Amino acid sequence: MFKSIKKYFADIYSAIKSLLTGMKVTGYYFSHPKEIITQQYPENRETLKMFERFRGEVVLIHNENNEHACTGCSACEIACPNGSIEIISDKAIDPETGKPKKVIDKFVYQLSMCTFCNLCIIACPTDAIKMAQTFEHSVYDRSKLTKILNRPGSKIMAGVKEKVKE
Amino acid sequence: MNFSIYDFTGFILSIDKFLREAFSPQTAVIIEMVLVGICFLLFVSLLGLVLVYVERKVCAFFQQRLGPMRVGYWGTAQTIADIVKLLFKESLITRNSDKFLFNLAAFIVILAPFMIIGVVPFAKGLHAMDIDIGILYIVAISSLGVTGILLAGWSSNNKYSLIGAMRSGAQIISYELSVGLSLLTIVILTGSLQLSEIVESQRDGWWIFKGNIPVIIAFIIFIVASTAETNRGPFDMAEAESELTAGFHTEYSGIKFAFFFLAEYINLFIIAAIAATVFFGGWMPLHAGNFEAFNKVMDFIPPIIWFFGKVAVIIFIIMWFKWTFPRLRIDQMLLLEWKYLLPLNLANLLLMSVIAWKGWHF
Repeated sequence: MFKSIKKYFADIYSAIKSLLTGMKVTGYYFSHPKEIITQQYPENRETLKMFERFRGEVVLIHNENNEHACTGCSACEIACPNGSIEIISDKAIDPETGKPKKVIDKFVYQLSMCTFCNLCIIACPTDAIKMAQTFEHSVYDRSKLTKILNRPGSKIMAGVKEKVKE
Repeated sequence: MNFSIYDFTGFILSIDKFLREAFSPQTAVIIEMVLVGICFLLFVSLLGLVLVYVERKVCAFFQQRLGPMRVGYWGTAQTIADIVKLLFKESLITRNSDKFLFNLAAFIVILAPFMIIGVVPFAKGLHAMDIDIGILYIVAISSLGVTGILLAGWSSNNKYSLIGAMRSGAQIISYELSVGLSLLTIVILTGSLQLSEIVESQRDGWWIFKGNIPVIIAFIIFIVASTAETNRGPFDMAEAESELTAGFHTEYSGIKFAFFFLAEYINLFIIAAIAATVFFGGWMPLHAGNFEAFNKVMDFIPPIIWFFGKVAVIIFIIMWFKWTFPRLRIDQMLLLEWKYLLPLNLANLLLMSVIAWKGWHF
């Protein structure tokens, strides 16, 4: 009897306490307008910076000498669950060894099919590709969504070896 | 015309005198009633516009959003745009619905809050109807709204509407008890049901400060129970979007939907106004005992600002509840009323009676 009465009031106390905890959280948000995360997009287009984890599209990283790190190993093509990536490779004579070596001719990426799952970036052994934070992808023609990621005249960086990622 | 922002009695009486001189007594009374009706109609529609905007903004800020921002400066014209949209929408009536009841329900829902708003004292002398059973009248009329909700649910011929309406009925019948009993604790202290007298009894301090702990408990119970009575979150099972689409007003569209929407916000204003009148002294400024200088400064602020300030604070607290707490289940809601609020309220009433009898309050 006494125990159940004690429990009755303990329940009321804990209920009020937990409700006040919730009100404290929302009250903090209300009194701190800096916490607002809404972006007013077309107005702040110049200053808008997307978050690092946002996946906009796959890009092939090029340095200032128009060199990339893609060896044409096709790991990304194999990893891609819906076939958005197609690597057309070519053979070129390596100037150092004089032997023919596999290089990429075209890194074809179909943005219209990509689900932004990030598996190609994980699969890449040389970290040649990454997810960019761009998001204004709308075009008037569907064919414009099929992109060639390697820039014209670009070649592989010196010292990038085809290796298996642990 | 002796107009004063501190006391409207002279102003109202001069209008009355003017009308009685110009017309016969019966015509004068009818004109006065029409004038009061138009005033309330304008006030209520303005209130709806403002409260919908405030609710959307407050809700957004609680959820780390900005809310309406595009229409007008900081979205201030958003509600006007919404009203225009609702006015132009087609008012659909479902095929197998009871058309007469379906149309009637929207009017009953808006009628009840209109009847209550007449007894709310806005400022000294600014009081449409000062009846001597004010509290009883409020408690009686506020349960009239449930008739409209039940009719809306029944006549829609829609299972979701009916479930929502039945839940609402169960809810209002349960929580009506707590609202009435928590108001009774103050009636014990004042010894009057008349709202103007309740306000007058708080001239030397509001009941929430004068009446010891029982009044604070009664206030908390009143806020909880009246939130439930108006079907607002966290007690919004009657319209529970995730389960019942929109509950009793699923089938309503256009202007009749706007009526349900408006009724919700007038009800919100009314419970805040009653809480302010009964517990926080209505339009009475904050007076503290014998500090003459302090009382003078407080008297300088017009009563109408005091009233609307208190109402705004209580409305904010109720909105804070809605946008913080998760929705209760129907059994949890009935459990809260019958196992917690009602016994506590009865014990509180007993305690209050002892305090009033012994004169332990200030």
